[in-house]
Amino acid sequence: MATPAKSPVPRKKMNDKAGNGAWVGKRMKRKEDPRMIRGISHYTDDLKLAGMVHCAFARSPHAHAEIQAIRTDAAKALPRVIAVYTSADTTSLGPVPCAIQMPDLKIPRHPVLAEGRVRYVGEPVAVVVAEDFYTARDAAELVEVDYEPLPVVTDLEKALSKDSPLVHEQFKSNQAFTHQLKNGDVEAAFKKADRIVKQRMMNQRLAPIAMEPRAVVAEYLPGENRLTVWSSTQIPHLLKTQISLLVGLPETAVRVIAPEVGGGFGSKLNVYGEEGVVPWLAMKTGRPVKWNEGRRENFMATIHGRDALNDVELALKKDGTILGLRARVLADMGAYHQLLTPLIPQLTALMHAGCYKIPAIQIDIVGVFTNKMSTDAYRGAGRPEATFNVERIMELGAREMGMDPAEFRRKNFPLPKEFPYTTVTGLTYDSAKYQESLAKALKLSGYDSLRRRQKDGWKKGKYYGIGVSTYVEICAIGPSAATPAGGWESGTVRIEPTGKVTVLTGASPHGQGEETTFAQLVADQLGVDPQDVNVVHGDTLAVPYGIGTFGSRATAVGGTAIYMATQKLRTKLTTLAAHLLGSKPADISIGRGQLTAKGGKKIPFGELVLAAYTARNIPPGFEPALEATHFFEPSNFTFPFGCHVCSVEVDIETGEIKIEKYVAVDDCGNVINPLLVAGQIQGGIAQGLGQALWEEVIYNEDGQLVTGTLMDYAVPKAHFFPDFTLEHTVTPSPVNPMGVKGVGEAGTIASTPCIVNAVCDALSPLGVRHIEMPLKPERVWNAIQAARAVPAIAAAADVPPKKAAVRRRA
Amino acid sequence: MTKNVTIIVNGVDRRASVEPRLLLVHFLRENAGLTGTHVGCETSLCGACTVLLDGQAVKSCTVLAVQADGRKITTVEGLATGDQLHPIQEGFWEEHGLQCGFCTPGMIMCSHDLLERHPNPSDSDIREGINGNLCRCTGYQHIVAAVKNAARKMSTPVAARAGAR
Repeated sequence: MATPAKSPVPRKKMNDKAGNGAWVGKRMKRKEDPRMIRGISHYTDDLKLAGMVHCAFARSPHAHAEIQAIRTDAAKALPRVIAVYTSADTTSLGPVPCAIQMPDLKIPRHPVLAEGRVRYVGEPVAVVVAEDFYTARDAAELVEVDYEPLPVVTDLEKALSKDSPLVHEQFKSNQAFTHQLKNGDVEAAFKKADRIVKQRMMNQRLAPIAMEPRAVVAEYLPGENRLTVWSSTQIPHLLKTQISLLVGLPETAVRVIAPEVGGGFGSKLNVYGEEGVVPWLAMKTGRPVKWNEGRRENFMATIHGRDALNDVELALKKDGTILGLRARVLADMGAYHQLLTPLIPQLTALMHAGCYKIPAIQIDIVGVFTNKMSTDAYRGAGRPEATFNVERIMELGAREMGMDPAEFRRKNFPLPKEFPYTTVTGLTYDSAKYQESLAKALKLSGYDSLRRRQKDGWKKGKYYGIGVSTYVEICAIGPSAATPAGGWESGTVRIEPTGKVTVLTGASPHGQGEETTFAQLVADQLGVDPQDVNVVHGDTLAVPYGIGTFGSRATAVGGTAIYMATQKLRTKLTTLAAHLLGSKPADISIGRGQLTAKGGKKIPFGELVLAAYTARNIPPGFEPALEATHFFEPSNFTFPFGCHVCSVEVDIETGEIKIEKYVAVDDCGNVINPLLVAGQIQGGIAQGLGQALWEEVIYNEDGQLVTGTLMDYAVPKAHFFPDFTLEHTVTPSPVNPMGVKGVGEAGTIASTPCIVNAVCDALSPLGVRHIEMPLKPERVWNAIQAARAVPAIAAAADVPPKKAAVRRRA
Repeated sequence: MTKNVTIIVNGVDRRASVEPRLLLVHFLRENAGLTGTHVGCETSLCGACTVLLDGQAVKSCTVLAVQADGRKITTVEGLATGDQLHPIQEGFWEEHGLQCGFCTPGMIMCSHDLLERHPNPSDSDIREGINGNLCRCTGYQHIVAAVKNAARKMSTPVAARAGAR
């Protein structure tokens, strides 16, 4: 699917021209911060429109039930209630879209309000509109529904059994799709293997928990036929298209605005039923309508991430060379498909080569319906699952071969000269030096002395563990051929008559800081100050069609579109300057605030810009004004990589884990703003450690969401972490002219297996091989007890890991 | 049934007739028209709604407006003096202590309370001190740096700081 990695344009050093390069690479403070630290920015819930009313949803308390009757009289009778609607009223609306097409994919109808049956706890059944927010919620409580409970299935394996309750009866099974990725002679690899390492691993269900829950405000002006929807979304343009289809208005009548968005992590890379219902309510009632999701609703009815059961096998030669990898993945879709639900496990399949030379790979995926909320993209979206499988099985492989885990990895890396490197899964990795990041991380962590201390510790009953994780991720998503909705991005740069610069980007930042990084990049290309560059995003009426922010794509794809637009403007600027100065365009250099011809004649930037607008003295064929747009189609993904090392101490009496040191060496290609890159990596590590150690969405057997509040779902807090030590290597990507790769998900992808490896490493002399996430003290303690219950292993408590592994196999 | 309340918000008397169940956070957002105090969980677990009540940090989603009657509230909007940011705001800006910005006002107000009690906090004092406030973006490391940055500034007299700029 990926074409050879070659930039469509000649690559230039970013800091190339005299006087330029002043901003790219600098730790510039963010331009978006002043409004946020003063509390005067506007998130969707901060918007107030004249005559605005509020809505609230009545949601199912059952995971699976027949709706026998809905009575709305009591709700309607409450003073200040305007209307109550059920699916009987919304037949013209929807369904909720799924963008994925696959040969055997089962796509159930996904109504915006439940039709006859509910299939997960939190499924919306009715919606209430009222004059104020409190009344709307009161009235939603008064909606009476008669439910006839049906059998529930929440377990992945049980869902595939013959006698399982069916989530969608028409499909006659709970299998949503199957997908196989197979290349190389897998059977032969496993046949000739000296050793086969196997492990079953559950990648548990997570809740994204953006700090700002979802929110939607909609206003419809019938005279103008103009529907405006403000939504806390990562994809305003795709949402605009989908809302027009949901509500049945021409797309030209719909405007979507993503105002300040308080985090997304993939959860807002979606089109939700509420994003159809709220605009429909505005059209129906003639009043602007606001909906803001409570945190409890956010837990129940915003997409979840991960939730896949993995059986992984690694075939090895005696000397530690990898011969092949095989995995069977059962991926939980939940009850319905959201926008990208069935796509996520396919990304998992693709990334199973990791950063290793693996000549044969077979991944078999089964998508499974259960009575739970849909899964979909959550930070990393399929890649953390793949990296966890690969890095855990590598760790176990090293242990079983009696090799140092770092050395075992190094042995199987492709060499830098082998790049662009094509994996057996069909990806072409653009550029990497895996050896360099590994060496740097080992040195920075003091790996050898950590190993020495570990050995000493075991003798004294202290359990120190060291975890290594070398990762590669697929970013800058991506070439359109490989994405469901187009993988390009738009960028417009307009130098205004006063010399200030407006940038319009189809990317939709929601915390990543592109108002700053894009200003830095434009400032260098045009020789202006970044404070004079205003980056506009998130308004479909202002910005040319774009795709949005996800998959670490905004800078590598959206930034490149802007870069390309600036190149068009540079051509215009030098052409006009040459005309006015009596020189040749090739002899004009763009410096800070002025353009200079060879020989020294100069024209101030402002004067030149004005000349382009007054257009009284322009060369023949020169288009007046200074605006350029570029739609950038990348030739390939980018593949950032790196190595994380952490050290932990495990208290075997309590099962508690202390993170002592965490070192991350990441390579995201060229860096525009190191301060922001550090922020992305630190936040990513925290989220990945959150999955490894604390976070878990739990549904019980009845399909009740047990972890439905922040009291029950452990989002990590500040005192859970030490300071992370960050370093990087720089391997520019040849895929785009800026040489950038993307950094949004790296931390999340690398950190989860890193710390699980460390904990299992610490406990290896006790015979602990694997512990399922999250590694809560209780689980760790139970794993220790279970291992100790095996007599042969208990005796191995104070021998080094190599021998322990041998004895365990015996 | 409603009750008349007067709440002094950032030095301004805000009078309203409110339902007894009205949460302080909704009073600030709806009646006082302020947008900085955010609702992240409605259960006092995330801290996005943290404000100062008579100088002490409280989570305004679990205080009733009627409980704040006659008392002084400081929200994030009340920290800066004209164009002059509060040192904590400067700290968050300089150290990249925020990404999406949603938790930030609560973090800043919580840090204000912390620095009142511990003018010279250690890293672990800060991590413990803000543990009632969740951030999903930053991993907290830059927030810790921001609070330390603010502590340094606040321990330096204002005139000296102005001179240093």
